Amino acid sequence: MTRPPQQIVDLTDVAMSFGAVRALAGVDLAVAAGECVGLVGHNGAGKSTLVNVLAGGLIPDRGRIKVAGEDITHRFNVRTAHQHGIRCVFQELSLCPNLTVAENARIFHARLRGMSWKRRAAALIGAKLDEIFPGHDILPHDIIGDLSIGRRQMVEIARAFTVTVEPLDLVILDEPTSSLDAVTAGQLLAFVRRQVAMGTSVILISHMLGEVLGTCSRIVVMKDGGVVAAKPAAAFNRESLVSAMGTVVEVQGVAPRPEIAGSRQGEVMVEARSRRQLNDRKLVAHRGEVIGLAGLAGHGQTRMLLQIFAAAGKGDLFAEVRGPVAIIAGDRQTDGIFPLWSIGQNVTIRSLRGMVRRLLIDSDQERAMAATWQQKMRIKTPNMDDNILTLSGGNQQKALFARALGSDAGIVLMDDPMRGVDVGTKIEVYDRIRQEAAGGRTFLWYTTEIDELKYCDHVYVFRNGIIVDDIPRDELTEARVLSASFHEAA
Amino acid sequence: MTVGVVSFLRGQAWIWSFLATAAVWMATIIFTGGVGGGQILTAALSFAIFTVIVGIGQMFVITTGPGNVDLSIPATMALSGAVTTKLMDTQNELIALGVLVALGIGICVGVFNYLLIRLLRIPPIIATLSASFLVQSTAIAYGRGLRIKPPPALADFTTAQIAGVPVLALCGLAFTAIMGLVLARTMYGRSVLAVGQNMRAAWLAGINVERTRLMTYMLSAMLAGLSGLLLSGFSGGSSLNMGEEYLLASIAVVVIGGTSVAGGRANVPGIWGAALFLYLLVTMLNTFGASAGLRLILSGLIIITVITLAGGGERKR
Repeated sequence: MTRPPQQIVDLTDVAMSFGAVRALAGVDLAVAAGECVGLVGHNGAGKSTLVNVLAGGLIPDRGRIKVAGEDITHRFNVRTAHQHGIRCVFQELSLCPNLTVAENARIFHARLRGMSWKRRAAALIGAKLDEIFPGHDILPHDIIGDLSIGRRQMVEIARAFTVTVEPLDLVILDEPTSSLDAVTAGQLLAFVRRQVAMGTSVILISHMLGEVLGTCSRIVVMKDGGVVAAKPAAAFNRESLVSAMGTVVEVQGVAPRPEIAGSRQGEVMVEARSRRQLNDRKLVAHRGEVIGLAGLAGHGQTRMLLQIFAAAGKGDLFAEVRGPVAIIAGDRQTDGIFPLWSIGQNVTIRSLRGMVRRLLIDSDQERAMAATWQQKMRIKTPNMDDNILTLSGGNQQKALFARALGSDAGIVLMDDPMRGVDVGTKIEVYDRIRQEAAGGRTFLWYTTEIDELKYCDHVYVFRNGIIVDDIPRDELTEARVLSASFHEAA
Repeated sequence: MTVGVVSFLRGQAWIWSFLATAAVWMATIIFTGGVGGGQILTAALSFAIFTVIVGIGQMFVITTGPGNVDLSIPATMALSGAVTTKLMDTQNELIALGVLVALGIGICVGVFNYLLIRLLRIPPIIATLSASFLVQSTAIAYGRGLRIKPPPALADFTTAQIAGVPVLALCGLAFTAIMGLVLARTMYGRSVLAVGQNMRAAWLAGINVERTRLMTYMLSAMLAGLSGLLLSGFSGGSSLNMGEEYLLASIAVVVIGGTSVAGGRANVPGIWGAALFLYLLVTMLNTFGASAGLRLILSGLIIITVITLAGGGERKR
C-alpha cells in the first residue's frame, strides 16, 4: 500500500459543556496513520470527555469530526466509530461482569456467530492476550466478575485489539496502566510500540509521564478543556511536560519521609496474618506509620485490606485491629461512590454518626464538613450539592479521600487509591497522608506504583495471597520488591 | 417566578401522581355534573390512608435495593387483624394492648422474613411470599374465620371526621412527615438510601448493612400489623382476606409515587398522591358505570401508563 500518510481522525473546534461545567472549549486534534499520540493533563482537563467524543459516545455541542478524510460529524456515534476502525479502552471498564472473557469478546464482533462461536471467540481473545501479555493466567471461560481489576483491564485491552471483519485503525487507551503492575504495563507499552510500527494509530492517555514520553511520538497537553501544547515527544521532558500541564507542585525530588528510620515503635494498631500464610510472618502497623502493601496486582493485597476492615471492632482469628477503620477504594465505581448522591453527601456519609443531635443529623454541621473538605482536598466543583457524577474521575477520588480522612478513623486503608489521579493531585494527597501520619493516623497502603512505596515506613510484598517479604524503609529498593514479587514465577 | 415554580415542580417525581389524581377527580365530578366532589375526596382519604401506611413500609424495603420487596404485607395484616380483634374482645381498655400486639406480630414477621433472606439466602421475593403462607395459615387456624367486632372506641377513632377530613388521614399525614424526616435526616434513613445504591460501597463506608436491612423488614411488617388493626376497626371487624388488595397496591403506590425501583431513591409525598390516585381511579370507573371486568382492565392499563410517565424522566440518567 502506497497511500500517503493520512489523517485517521481530524477534530476541529470541538466544544462540549455539561450544565455549567465546560469540559471542552474548542479542541483541534488530528491523528495520522501510524502515529502514537500521548494525551496528558490534569484531572478535569477534558481528556476523558475528548475520548468519549472520539469514541462516538458523546455528541459535541459544536465542531467537526472527520474520519479518514470524510466529514461524518452528523452521523458519528459509537457504531460508526467502530465501523471506521476506532476502538476505545475506557478508564471505567466496560466489560459485562456476568459474562466470560470469550463472551465479552463476542459482544465486540458480530461476525462471531454460528455453531462454534464460543470456541472461535475464545481462540481470538486468547491469542491476543498471549500476544500482548505473555505469561498471563486468564482463561477464556473465566467470568469477568471473578477477575481482579488488573486482569479485567488486560481483557479489555486485548479485546480492543482483536480484529475480525471491521478495520482497526485507531485505539484509544484511557489510563490503561493504572490498574496494571509494572511488568504487565511494560508488556502493554512494548506491544503498543509494535502496533504503531505496523501502522495502527494509538492515543495514549496516562498520568505516568514516563510512559507517555517513552512510548509516544507526539504529545498533546490539555488544560481547562483546551489544548495548550502539541509537540513531538522528543521536544518534551518530564519537567517541561509538567509545567505545560500547569502543575505548580515540584515533582522531582519529593523528599520522602525523613523521620523514623528503621525504628518500629509505638502502639501496635493492626496485626494481621494472611489466611494462606503457612509461616508466622504477619503484617504489623504501629501508630503513625505508613505501611505499604506491594507486589503484582491482584496477589492478595486487597483481600488483606478487606480482612482487616471486616475485623475492625470485632476482631477475628487472623487480624487484630485497634480503633475505627476507614477504607479508600480504588475501584470507585463498585466500591466507593453513591451515584445518586451529591458530592457533599458522598463525603459526609462516613462521619454522620457523630453529627446526630436528638436523633437527627445536624444539616449545618454536614454542610460545614463538606465545605471544609472541598477546600482541603481542592475538589473542583462550583457546588458541593451537585451530583457526584458531575465530577471528573480524579475529583471523585478526592471526594473518597475526604470521606476517609474527614472521619474519626485512626486507621486508614487505601486500596490502590491513586488510579487515574493526576500528578498534581497525587503530590497534594501524599503530603496530606504524611501530615496525617505525623498526627498519629496509621495508613495501610496497597499500591502498584513502586514510586509510592518510597512514602512508606515499612513495606510488605505479597505474592499468591501471602506475604513473601517485609522490607524496612532504609532497605527498600525497586529490585528487592520486584525480586520478591516474582520469586517463583520468574 | 411562575417559570421557577414550574421547573421546580418538574424536578419532583411525586408531582405526576398528584396530577393524575387531580385529573381523575376532575373527570369524575365532570361526569356527575359537580355532585359529590367533596364526599368522593373524604372517602378517598378514608380508604387511601391504609394504602399509605403499608406503602411507606414497602417503600423503605424497595429502597434498600434491587430485589428487595415485602410480599408478606397482606398476610401480616390478616394475622394482626384476627389476633388483635379476638384479644381486645370489644373492650376499649384493651386497645393499647392490641396495638402493642399488632406491632409485636409485625416485629416477629419482619425478623422471620429477614432470617429467611439472610440465613437461608433466599431471594426476598420468595422468602416473603413463603413467609406469608405461614402467616396467613396461622391467621386462618387462629381466627377460624370468626368475625369479631372491634372495640367501639377503635371503630369511632378510625371513622371519625373533622369537617369532612378523616382523623386517621390527619394522623397519617403527620406520620408521613415523620417518615420523610427519618429518611432524609436520620442515620437509619441515610443507611437505607446508601445500601440501596450500592451495598458493597455502603459496607465499606462503615454502614451496618445487615442491621439496616433487618430494621427495614421489621418496619414494613410492623406497619402492616398496625394497618391490619386499624382496618379491622374501620371495617367493623377483621376478615382473613382483608389484606389481599394491598399486595399490588403497596407496590403500585411506591412505583407510581416516584420511588426508584432500582433502589436508593425514595419519594414520600408520592405515596399519598399514588394512594389517592388508585382509589379515585376505581371510583371514576364505577361512576362511569364500567363493569367489573372492564374496570380491572382499565385500572391495569392506567397504572401502567402512569408508571411509564412517572418513571420516564428517571431512566435517562
